[in-house]
Amino acid sequence: MTCDKHAQTDIHEYLAELEDIPGTRVFTASRARKGYWINQFAMSLMTTENRESFKTDERAYLDRWKLSDEAKAAVLRRDYNALLDLGGNVYFLSKLFSTDGLSFAEAVSTMTDMTFPEYREMMLRGGRPAQGNRSIKGGY
Amino acid sequence: MARITAGVGSSHVPLLGVAVDQGKTRDDYFGPIFAGYDWTRSWEEAEKPDVVILVYNDHASAFDANIIPTFAIGCGENYKSADEGWGPRPVPDVEGHADLAWHIAQCLILDDFDMTIINEMDVDHGLTVPLSMMFGQPDKWPCKVVPLAVNVVTYPIPSGNRCWALGEAIARAVQSFPEELNVQIWGTGGMSHQLQGPRAGLLNREWDNRFLDLLESDSEEARYIPHIEYLRETGSEGIEMVMWLVMRGALGKKVKSLHRHYHIPCSNTAIGHLVLEPAA
Repeated sequence: MTCDKHAQTDIHEYLAELEDIPGTRVFTASRARKGYWINQFAMSLMTTENRESFKTDERAYLDRWKLSDEAKAAVLRRDYNALLDLGGNVYFLSKLFSTDGLSFAEAVSTMTDMTFPEYREMMLRGGRPAQGNRSIKGGY
Repeated sequence: MARITAGVGSSHVPLLGVAVDQGKTRDDYFGPIFAGYDWTRSWEEAEKPDVVILVYNDHASAFDANIIPTFAIGCGENYKSADEGWGPRPVPDVEGHADLAWHIAQCLILDDFDMTIINEMDVDHGLTVPLSMMFGQPDKWPCKVVPLAVNVVTYPIPSGNRCWALGEAIARAVQSFPEELNVQIWGTGGMSHQLQGPRAGLLNREWDNRFLDLLESDSEEARYIPHIEYLRETGSEGIEMVMWLVMRGALGKKVKSLHRHYHIPCSNTAIGHLVLEPAA
C-alpha cells in the first residue's frame, strides 16, 4: 500500500489514472455530466407507478426524457456497457435491473464476456483476479 | 457525557438483506456469512448501544444525479426504507437522534467540515443491511441511528485522509454532547467488488485482509491509500472501504480487535466485518 501524505493531487494526473483500468469506467464528473438524463430516467423507476408505465410502453416512457437516440436504443436493448460509455452509473441503472426482475449479479454478468452461470461459477471460485487486470498501460 | 464505545466495519451487500427478508440466512450459500455475524449479534445484544452513527453511501436512492453531497448527516426524527426498484425492504423505520445529530453537525461545521444537513430522506440497503446483520429481525430497531452519507459514487470522492479526519472530528463532537449516551460508529460498504464493465467480478482476498490488518493496528497508513489503489486492487466499488476509515479515525490511535470475519463471495462481493474497541 503506497502512500504520499503530503503531495498535492494534480487533477489531470488523477483523472488520467482513472482511465487506466481495464474494463472499467470510473464515474468521473465528465461521465456524470454526459449521462445525467440516463441516470435521472433510471432513478424514476423507484415507484411502482413508473415501473408499470415504463413496462407498458418503454419507448413512450423514454421519449419523455432528454435522451439521445443512442441512449434510448441502449436502454431498449439493455446494453449496459453502452450505457456506461454514455455516462450511466451502475447504482442508477440498478433500478432498471430490478424493474426487469434481474438480480444484481445476473445483470452485472451481462457486462462481461461470460454467461450468468459462468460468472456465478467464477465468483464461487474466488472472483476475477486483480493480477493482470490492474492497469492498461502497465499490463500488471 | 456521550462516549464512542466501539466501531464496526461491515459490508452492506443488498443480497444480504434479501436473505434476511426471505429467511435464507442459514442455507448453504448464506450460512457461512451469517455464521460470521453470530458473534457480533450477541455482542450487540449485550452492548446495547443507545445510538449508532452509521457511515454509509446512498446508492442513488435519496440523492439523485442532481445534488451530490460529499458528506451529509441525517438530522431528522425518522427515516423510511427506500424503494430501490423491488419495493421498500420490510424492515422497521429507522429512528434518528436529532439532538445528537444536530450537535455533531454544528461541531463538525465549526471544526471546518462543510457538512450537508438532511432533514428528510429515505434510507437504502447501505444503511438497513448493516442493521439487519447486527440486530436480526426485531419489530423495532434497538437503537437510534445518525445516518452519515458519504459520496463514493461520483468522482472525485473524498480522500481516505479526509474520511479519517472526519472520524476524528466526530469523536470530538460526541465527547462534547452533555447527555450520557453509549454511541457506536459503523463504517460500511466493500469489501472488494466491481459491479460494472468487462472487469466486473474482481475480488481481492489478499488486499482486503491487509486492509483489515491495518485497521486493527496502531498504524495510520490506511488513511493515505490513494483512490487509484482501491480502484486497481479492489474493483470500482471497493472504493466504499474509505467509509471504514471514518469509523477507524473516530476510535483513536490504539484499538483492540474483538472480532473479524471474511468470506467470499456474496453475489458480486467479498464480505468482511470487523469489531473494534478504542484502547487506552
